[in-house]
Amino acid sequence: MPVILLRAPLRDLVGGNAEVVLEGGTVGEVLRTLERTWPRTTGWVLDERGRVRRHVNVFLNGEQVREDAAVGPDDRLHVLPSISGGFS
Amino acid sequence: MTEVLVGSKKGLFVLRGDGPGAFEIAHRAFPGDVVEYAMRDPRTGRYFASVTSGHFGPRLMFADDPTGEWTPAEGLAFPEIAEETLERIWVVTPGEADGQLWAGVAPAALFVSNDGGEHWSFNDALWAERVAGDWRPGAGGLALHSICPWPGEPESLAIGISAAGVWLTDDGGRTWRTGYPGLVPLYMPEDVRDGTNVLCVHNMRRAPKRPERLFLQFHGSVYRSDDAGATWIDIADGLPSGFGFPMAIDPADPESAYVIPLIADLDRVTPDAQLRVYETRDAGGSWSAHAGGLPATDTYLTILRQAFGTAGEGPDMALFFGATSGEVFGSLDAGERWFRAAEHLAPVTSVRLG
Repeated sequence: MPVILLRAPLRDLVGGNAEVVLEGGTVGEVLRTLERTWPRTTGWVLDERGRVRRHVNVFLNGEQVREDAAVGPDDRLHVLPSISGGFS
Repeated sequence: MTEVLVGSKKGLFVLRGDGPGAFEIAHRAFPGDVVEYAMRDPRTGRYFASVTSGHFGPRLMFADDPTGEWTPAEGLAFPEIAEETLERIWVVTPGEADGQLWAGVAPAALFVSNDGGEHWSFNDALWAERVAGDWRPGAGGLALHSICPWPGEPESLAIGISAAGVWLTDDGGRTWRTGYPGLVPLYMPEDVRDGTNVLCVHNMRRAPKRPERLFLQFHGSVYRSDDAGATWIDIADGLPSGFGFPMAIDPADPESAYVIPLIADLDRVTPDAQLRVYETRDAGGSWSAHAGGLPATDTYLTILRQAFGTAGEGPDMALFFGATSGEVFGSLDAGERWFRAAEHLAPVTSVRLG
């Protein structure tokens, strides 16, 4: 199953784990599994339409992707806040 | 001791003190996130904070102790029919039924909770009005920011939306009607003012001792309604400007209202380089300025819509407001004398008393 790598503050919502292993055939499915497994992440990465939030970046094996990208069992997903999203 | 919940561009500050004088920062929660609004439900003692992350979106959090653990509320998300996503939560207001709370959000929509704020549901009927009316946003977005329950009547509500006017329900939100006669949108050409629904309400308050009376800060004037929001009377005469955002009332006195004017929409700072709070005790027939203890010169502050809170009533009513300068000012005698309760905070978005 694919591995999701998380940093703070998302890491704090999954029991402090830097990596979690979750099922899913697409990025969106894996992130929905994340929400079901760790309900406090609900709405943080995907909005209510199921889209990756505008200021969150998801990298699949180093390539930036969106929610519809296919994910294989050996893939690694990094979920990171983008540099564009902070409030000044 | 007085507790002041200060929402800011950089988290929630919980201030505590006896005043007059500087209050202690007892706690800072949600560092780095915008806290649009924070309040305490006086019926249960539960605290709510509307938190918006620049990266991870908006959410409503609740806690029994604002210095402790916060829990996310569920259901504050747009259903599929809305085809939009939640941008921010502007206000949370206790309702009149046990466990009932209302939340106003952007883009303009209403949510209700019947379990003390843990779970929320979307008001479809108001959304249908929004779609049918093609509502337009103001500078701060399409915001449902004012919710005025009717004391003792859980089904009756008046809400204020920027820029879609005043909406009224007497059946718990199953049907809505608008109340606008008397409101004058000076920002529209004269020949389309009568028919427009672009009505930029900035704030609205109900007088609980005379619930058919509402006070309204509009985009360019201040109004009063004596018929539950059906029609409106201009009461800005005597103010240095009709423009402004914050508004408060003394719950004990239905003739009372407080505003903090700004110069105008194109110059949103305090008039005459002074900071003054204006009070009426005759329902807008006249206004008196309170400046004692407030900066009197070289002052160019902006006080945002939700950044003016009160506690208690009558001559000992506490009033606190915050500015985008990061200062918080307080009065413990209904506005007669003021003091600086905090400074050097982040830009203040909301002030409510615990």
